[in-house]
Amino acid sequence: MRRRKRIEELFFKILTGLACYSLILVLGYIILIIFKKGINMLTLDMIITAPTGGYYYGGEGGVLNAIMGSLYIAIGATVIAMIFGVPAALFINSHLQHKPRMQGFIRYLLDALWGIPSIVYGAFGFMVMIMMGMSASLLAGIITVAFLITPIVIRTFDEVLCTIPRGLHEAALSLGSTRTQLAFKVLWKQGFSGFITAVLLAFGRGIGDAASVLFTAGYTDLVPQYLDEPAATLPLAIFFQLGSPIPEVRNRAYAAGIILTVIVLIISVSARLMSRKFSKTNLN
Amino acid sequence: MKQDNAIEIHNLNVCVDDQRILKNINLQIPSHKITVLLGPSGCGKTTLLRSLNRLTDLYKELKVTGQIFIDGEDILKPRNDIYEIRQKMGLLSQKPYPLPLSIYKNVTYGIKLKGVKDKKLLDYNVEKRLQEVGLWDEVKDRLHSSPDTLSIGQQQRLCLARGLAVKPRLILADEPTSALDPHSSKTIEDLFKKLKDQYTIVVVTHILRQAKRLADHAVFMHFGEVIEQGSPDEMFSNPQSPELKKYLIDGN
Repeated sequence: MRRRKRIEELFFKILTGLACYSLILVLGYIILIIFKKGINMLTLDMIITAPTGGYYYGGEGGVLNAIMGSLYIAIGATVIAMIFGVPAALFINSHLQHKPRMQGFIRYLLDALWGIPSIVYGAFGFMVMIMMGMSASLLAGIITVAFLITPIVIRTFDEVLCTIPRGLHEAALSLGSTRTQLAFKVLWKQGFSGFITAVLLAFGRGIGDAASVLFTAGYTDLVPQYLDEPAATLPLAIFFQLGSPIPEVRNRAYAAGIILTVIVLIISVSARLMSRKFSKTNLN
Repeated sequence: MKQDNAIEIHNLNVCVDDQRILKNINLQIPSHKITVLLGPSGCGKTTLLRSLNRLTDLYKELKVTGQIFIDGEDILKPRNDIYEIRQKMGLLSQKPYPLPLSIYKNVTYGIKLKGVKDKKLLDYNVEKRLQEVGLWDEVKDRLHSSPDTLSIGQQQRLCLARGLAVKPRLILADEPTSALDPHSSKTIEDLFKKLKDQYTIVVVTHILRQAKRLADHAVFMHFGEVIEQGSPDEMFSNPQSPELKKYLIDGN
């Protein structure tokens, strides 16, 4: 009997361990391949210059246009998503707290929105863009990506807010807070780490998404200066370069992939550090 | 006689769907005394306490009818300024829930909601309230750090100080010592005895010994009804109802 238990324990340890470590292996492999193919092409020029005439045939230049375009779109969309998402999440957890049915309904809707494929948002954004008489531009891209990531901001922040115990709500209310004061003075601070996670996740999704900007942001070799100009994005830069018959250009796609990965990594790590710092100093 | 009652409850009923949690409660709570609501778990004593500062509003499924008079005003009238009413009472819950702010700001939170901004007045209040609960000497050097660094007993006293800061008339305490060790529990009980000169205190408990130690006026509840009430000496030495008799036997 004892022997059986030991074998059972060992068996499941190996099984669960295998599942866990194989994930790390796969991730490592993906990153390895991207780096192996792209690292030779990853020069300083690639990062700090925009494409010149013959870039897509192996000529001089870089993907600065796509880097800046992606950053502009992701930052712009994240800001919009925050402006709508933060109050919405706080509202669900303060003013709707005594209406559990409505809360459930809204959460269900947001989960549904989260699940809609980004190409559908792209098509929707395209339609709105046409209706408003706009052409493919930075602004249209920002708005479309904002549609895509707002549900992510709300639900991620909301997931943390709804773990805040009822007792804290009651404590704040019994001191004479209105629900709005409860939301902005107490829930906001208590759930701040959730806010950081939400922004991080939304930004990562926004900067990496290709389908939503395919029709709406357009593509250009120039770094966009104004909101009504078209903007290139890193995912599309990867897409276009991977479709090239020239091996050198295809490898540049991997280099662009490295850049995209590193940007997301930097944002994620610095946001985490920031959240740690804030949760220590937000007392005063 | 009427002036001596801080709270008068008339025909209070609380229902969830078809189930009545509180049945026709009629109760007078004397001012500047400790009233203990005693009874087994699930008898509705916490619900009764929550009705007093309308935290029942948070639960839509609760239907509250009847009248609760505090300062001659029926607080259950829907158009009342609920925030002002809640500031008339400090709440102490089973577990301390310090706000995610510094110790200092926990105490000033309620005062600031009243619109007080004067730094000196805030400082004065923080010191005075923390002294009242005997926490000042323990925290005066770390007022601006998080209350997470305090022990759970200290946190509970901080929550009491925070409630006292809004100058309430009443202290509502819902099993305030259930999460605390015996030392901290005694500190809280001693505080209540000291504070009753200035405040009217309502304590919910299921601990018979605590009720005996604290109560000036005891109320025994069972299945949503007030079974017996009166002075604790009389009630506990000469129980009238079979429910209380049984509770006393089980509790000793």
